[in-house]
This record gives sequence, structure tokens and C-alpha cells, in this order.
Amino acid sequence: MSTILTTENLSLFYGKKEALKGVNMSFDKTGITALIGPSGCGKSTFLRCLNRMNDLIPGVTITGKVEFNQADIYAPTTDTVKLRKEIGMVFQQPNPFPFSIYENVVYGLRLAGVRDKERLDAAVEKSLKQAAIWDEVKDRLHVNALALSGGQQQRVCIARVLAVEPDIILLDEATSALDPISSHMIEMTLLNLRHDYTIITVTHNMQQASRISDRTAFFLNGELIEANDTKQIFMNPVRQETNDYISGRFG
Amino acid sequence: MNAKRVDKIATGVLYAIAALVVIILVALLGYILVQGVPEISWHFLTSPALSFEAGGGIGIQLFNSFYLLFLALLISLPISLGAGIYLNEYAGQNTITGLIRTTIEILSSLPSVVVGLFGYLFFVVQFKLGFSILSGAFALTVFNLPILTRSIEEALANISDNQREAGYALGLSRWETVTKIVVPAALPSIITGVVLSAGRIFGEAAALIYTAGQSAPALNFSDWNPFNISSPLSPLRPAETLAVHIWKINSEGIMPDAKAVSAGASAVLIIAVLLFNFLARWLGKRLYKHLTAE
Repeated sequence: MSTILTTENLSLFYGKKEALKGVNMSFDKTGITALIGPSGCGKSTFLRCLNRMNDLIPGVTITGKVEFNQADIYAPTTDTVKLRKEIGMVFQQPNPFPFSIYENVVYGLRLAGVRDKERLDAAVEKSLKQAAIWDEVKDRLHVNALALSGGQQQRVCIARVLAVEPDIILLDEATSALDPISSHMIEMTLLNLRHDYTIITVTHNMQQASRISDRTAFFLNGELIEANDTKQIFMNPVRQETNDYISGRFG
Repeated sequence: MNAKRVDKIATGVLYAIAALVVIILVALLGYILVQGVPEISWHFLTSPALSFEAGGGIGIQLFNSFYLLFLALLISLPISLGAGIYLNEYAGQNTITGLIRTTIEILSSLPSVVVGLFGYLFFVVQFKLGFSILSGAFALTVFNLPILTRSIEEALANISDNQREAGYALGLSRWETVTKIVVPAALPSIITGVVLSAGRIFGEAAALIYTAGQSAPALNFSDWNPFNISSPLSPLRPAETLAVHIWKINSEGIMPDAKAVSAGASAVLIIAVLLFNFLARWLGKRLYKHLTAE
């Protein structure tokens, strides 16, 4: 299995406070990696380093390397706009734009200059199908996306990311604001996508991590404690801290 | 006294205060409308004012008010929009932006007569624009800019950061995120702010007395070439507005029906301002509904 993304000694400081302490990790070209750990352990911060979303926060310093397809994404020549088209992101709160479902999904394509109506239509259908929401919305594509339920909105947001055909999809607790049924549908969506995309998901829900992920990484206090096959992490963790966390002894 | 009783008394007092405010407003509006509405007729709304005889109208003043409003918004809206976007989307929290915000606050609390005198010295005298629509529009811009900037800034600040993050995460640049997501999402409140400020401009007198002037020369409504001085569109002609006209009639009007003209003009002014307010609410609500699909 070839590697698509690696981090090398990645550290992040909020002012003087070290929030990430030299994380070394690599991600395969397909499959789901779950990042778990207690609140404030740095897993979300780590995720946001991978598409440079932390650049937007004032007072943040990042050291180390993130290599995406053998190129350092923190190199001064990196085009963050292009980078974020290749590494898409879904957030904790569903955040569709206040436009129609159709417009939400084609947003990235329109900005990339695609005008061809047939191509846009095809992309909408394909992305919404991939996100497992096509059947629910196909008759009302021109309804405002904010009229949908939270779970549907989140799947539209996933479709919006898929439409620009990224290589990697980052999910920052994408199901934690949703009800169990909606969460389940998102999980099914992710399982369908895992053969074609690199999916990296931050989650507080350990059952979810064990259900859907191929690999799991455990973070604690800004450090990567252990990363391995999900089965290995949950059945036979190497480190004591990991064992304590997954058995619910703290966190 | 127990807490329940105190709560009841406090509720009563608050209701009384609210009722008082409403009564004052209704009495004021009612008085003006009862006095003025009977004077309003098509003739009154369209014919020019007469200085010495009865039977004059407010046609030219009414047109001037709208034209001045249009020009003032044409100048102040782009500037306010730019300033609001800069302050909310680009500028960080530092001493300079703090200074800008303080300046805007001071500017917005400036008495309008001071703005008028500044406009007189600066636009009328220094820039030799004379008593003209243009001087008036610039003075109104100074008057309107701080308030409109604040309301646009607030409208943008109310858009959740989730929306901005969604834009960035899709690979939009900051400019694209602002112009294609944040501003469209904030449009309902921006439009409400603009229409409300239009109401304020429309009723403004003090800032215009020394800038747009107190005379309303006859206009030739068949001549729409802005370069002719008698054309309604000419920006360099003096232009007394409705609010200034009311002030003038009451301080030095010598026509026999001065009282009736003043009452009618006041009623027209109030109705126009009320219409602006209702329009703002209606438009804002409609757009909000359209955007949130509720």
C-alpha cells in the first residue's frame, strides 16, 4: 500500500503553548484512519494541520513537515487554494451555504470555472449518490440546503467536498452533532468511500472508531501515543495509556 | 417582600414604561398625520412651492429629497461596504483597528449641524461646489458613513465562522469567501441597514441647510441632461429638500398658508420615513426567509 501523506516531527504552538509535540505519522492511499483521544489532546489540531486550516488562526506557529504526494505542504510555494481542493474537509457543525442543494454541491466546480451544465448535473448526481443522500433530495435539488435536517445537511456537505474530487477527506467530529440514525448513515457513506479515498476522521465515539476505521491513532496531551491497525489498538494496545483510554479509565 | 411580589411589581413597572414609549410615539405620529394628511393632494405633491401666495406645493422639494438620497447612497454604500468588509474580514484586533473603530464611533455621534457646517466650509467653500446637490450628498455621506459602516460590519460579524471555514476548506481564497459566501449570506441585514439609514438621510435637515442650500429653483422636468442647470438631474444646482423646507417655512415662511404647507410636508416626510422602515423590515424578512428556506 503506497503512502499519500506523511508528517514528520510536526509541532504546533499557540503562542508559547505547545499543542502538538513532534508527531510522526503516515497515511495510506485508501482506507479510514480514526484519530481518538480525550478533549484537548491535539487530534483536531493535528487534523487541521493537514490542509493548513490552522494558518487562519492568529498566533499559531507550526514546525516540522507535512508531505502530501512527496511535496511539503508548508513550503512557501504551496498554493493553499489548490491544496484544499485536493484535501477536503467536513466539520463538526454541518455548514452548507445558504443556497440551494444543487448550488452547494457545484460550488467548488463553479469556482474552478466549470460552466458546462451537463457536467455539473452529472457531478451533482454522482456526489450526492456517493454521499448516500441522492434518493432523499433528488426531487428537490433547488430547495435551500438549510431546509434539510442536520444529518442531511452534513451529507450535502460531504457531497460538496466529493464534487471537487479530492484525494483526501478530513472529518472533524463530523457526526458528533447528529442523532444516531444520521450518524449511522454517515458511517455507511464513509465505508463506501474508503476504497477510493484517504479518509481521516477525528472522533470522540470509540465504538465508531472501532466500527469503521482501518487504522486508529491515539493522541494524548499533544503527543501521538500509538498508531496501529484498529483491531490491534482495541484488542491489544502496546501502551498503558492507550489501554486506559479505550477501557474508559480516563478521558 | 418576597421575590415573587418583587417580580410582579418589576414586570408592571416595565410594562408601564413600554406603554409610555408607545403612547408618546403614537401621539406624536398621530398629531402630525391628523394635522397634515388632509393637506396632501396630488397638486400638493407635484406643484412647486410658492413664496408669497397660498396654494404652493412641495413637488421640487420632494424630488430633491429623493435625488439627494440616491446620490448620498451611491457614494456612501460602496465606501461603507469596503470599510465594513475590511474591519470585519481583514483587519485583526490591534491598535490601528481600535483607533478606526473609535473614530467611527465619534463620527457617528457628531451633531448633524456640525457635519453641515463642516460640509459648508469643506465642500461649498474650499472645493467651490457652492450650495449644490453634490455638496449636500457629500455632507450626507459624512453623516451616513459611520452608521452604515457599523451596521454592515455587524451584519458580517453575525455570519458564523462555520461558513467561512466551509469556504476555505473548499479552496476558496479569502476574497472569494467574502464576496461569494459571507456578503450574500449577510445581504438581508445589509439591506435592512441600508434602507434604515436611507430613512435617516431622508429626514435630515441640519446637515443640508448649509450645503444643499435653502432654495429650490424651478426645474424643467422635460430636460434630463445633467449638465443643464435647470435639469432635475443637475448635481450642481441648489436643492432645498423636504426637511429643510419644513424648517424654513416654520422659521421664516411668509406665505399665508404656511401652517398648512408645513403640516402637509411634515406628514409626507413622516410617511416616507415610515415607509422606509416598513420596507426595510419586509425586505429583510423576505430575503432572510429566502436564504434560510424557513
